[in-house]
Amino acid sequence: MIRFTDVTKEYPRTGVALTDVSFHVAKGEFVFLTGPSGSGKSTILKLIYMEELPTAGEVRVSGLSTVDVKRSEIAKLRRKLGIVFQDFRLLEDRSAEANIAFALEVTGAPRSQIPSRVSRLLTQVGLASKGGAFPRELSGGEQQRVAIARALVNEPYVLIADEPTGNLDDRATRGIFQLLREINASGTAVVMATHNLDLIRRSDYRTIEINRGQIVYDSGETKPVQPEELV
Amino acid sequence: MRSMREALLAFRRAPLLSVLGIITIAFSLFAVGLFGLVAVNIKETIASVEERVEIRAFVSEGTASEAIAAAIGDVGAFPEVARVDYVSQEDALKRARQELGEFRDVFDAGFLPASIEVRLKPGYRDPEQVRSVAARIATYQFIDDVRYGQEWVEKLARIRNIAGIAGIALGLAFATVAVMIIGTTIRMAVLARSREIAIMRLVGATDGFIRRPFLIEGFVKGILGGGAALLLTWVASLLINRYIVKTSFFPMELAIVGVLGGAIIGLLGSGVSVGRHLRRV
Repeated sequence: MIRFTDVTKEYPRTGVALTDVSFHVAKGEFVFLTGPSGSGKSTILKLIYMEELPTAGEVRVSGLSTVDVKRSEIAKLRRKLGIVFQDFRLLEDRSAEANIAFALEVTGAPRSQIPSRVSRLLTQVGLASKGGAFPRELSGGEQQRVAIARALVNEPYVLIADEPTGNLDDRATRGIFQLLREINASGTAVVMATHNLDLIRRSDYRTIEINRGQIVYDSGETKPVQPEELV
Repeated sequence: MRSMREALLAFRRAPLLSVLGIITIAFSLFAVGLFGLVAVNIKETIASVEERVEIRAFVSEGTASEAIAAAIGDVGAFPEVARVDYVSQEDALKRARQELGEFRDVFDAGFLPASIEVRLKPGYRDPEQVRSVAARIATYQFIDDVRYGQEWVEKLARIRNIAGIAGIALGLAFATVAVMIIGTTIRMAVLARSREIAIMRLVGATDGFIRRPFLIEGFVKGILGGGAALLLTWVASLLINRYIVKTSFFPMELAIVGVLGGAIIGLLGSGVSVGRHLRRV
């Protein structure tokens, strides 16, 4: 579903971020990306949602290749991905509900369906009673839950999470991690960049460690790869 | 539909920025409007002075009236000529007595020659054309002399040329400054929402989807700013009329073009700003 083949990424100003990175993420897998700051984790995530394109090599995500992808196809690809960040990236001037509804509107969901879908998502992330709250009225953990609900609006194949617990205390971190596991259990793959070794140790998910733009450790795919996934 | 709603919401979410944007557009275009008002009035004044450009051909005494009538017919058919009038000796005397009342007794019948007065069409009143028409009229045998105030016609042409060039240069400068100020204002509005744009892109909005509300917003701001500028210019023109000097206002079509110009600047400014922004994120 996600396949990196000999991917090198060089930024014009900061130089080489990734060198010859190859790996594959299967449907429904949970993968930790770990490594020091600046090692290239975020670059890998950006390549998955095609915010960046590789300098050499190929990234394939759900049938689209970075070799010949068009701008309009990238927009459509992102509707099949859910993306979550450390800083939540919510719109401060809108309620939790409106933040989630916004993502539905953007992707052209029928207006009549939006309220019921929003309330279902809020329930899923455990915020059923806080739909009307604005981001500043919510705790960090709650804001991240809203961001996750927004990422789930289109029932994505993959949830990409860039340090989703980086700004949260232990308790909130555990809550968010539990939520990500539930989402994974329902069939959505999760690729999560994190510094939090505690989380990695506490679970037996696949871990890919990056250092200086190269994969230095891969615990191996946690599920056997099916032929039809080798797209 | 969604784009319209989003555009209206943008006004509601950031009323101060929106109002500031409209005011900036209004004052930028107001400056252009004031300049335009001056230009229109100078142009009109020059045109009204030019209307007085006149060729006067003096007819020899004793010329047969048929010959004069034929000549008037010929001259009237020149493409440059708007009007030809015959002024008989009696008319000339009457006119002279009227215009120079204190000398009325000096003038005797037959003292002043009869003449043909030729007025030219607009666009044919420059020195070259006037000279050429005058020369053609002078070829009639019974014409003694042709006068058209050569020096005055040349001076007038020079003033018109200078005014025209200055008008274009100043107009372009004013318009450029207005476009730049409006562009910056709109860019600020786009930058203020860069976070929103980035999030839209993350959740899979197409470029067109993101751009549309901004285009509508820019267009509406342009129309409102342009309308306000027109109103300001109109009020300024009323005040000038009342307290300073009689002026005329833009013709309706030009006013509409001005407001539409504001709308188009708003639309294009938004399109360019968002486009630039989209390419970066």
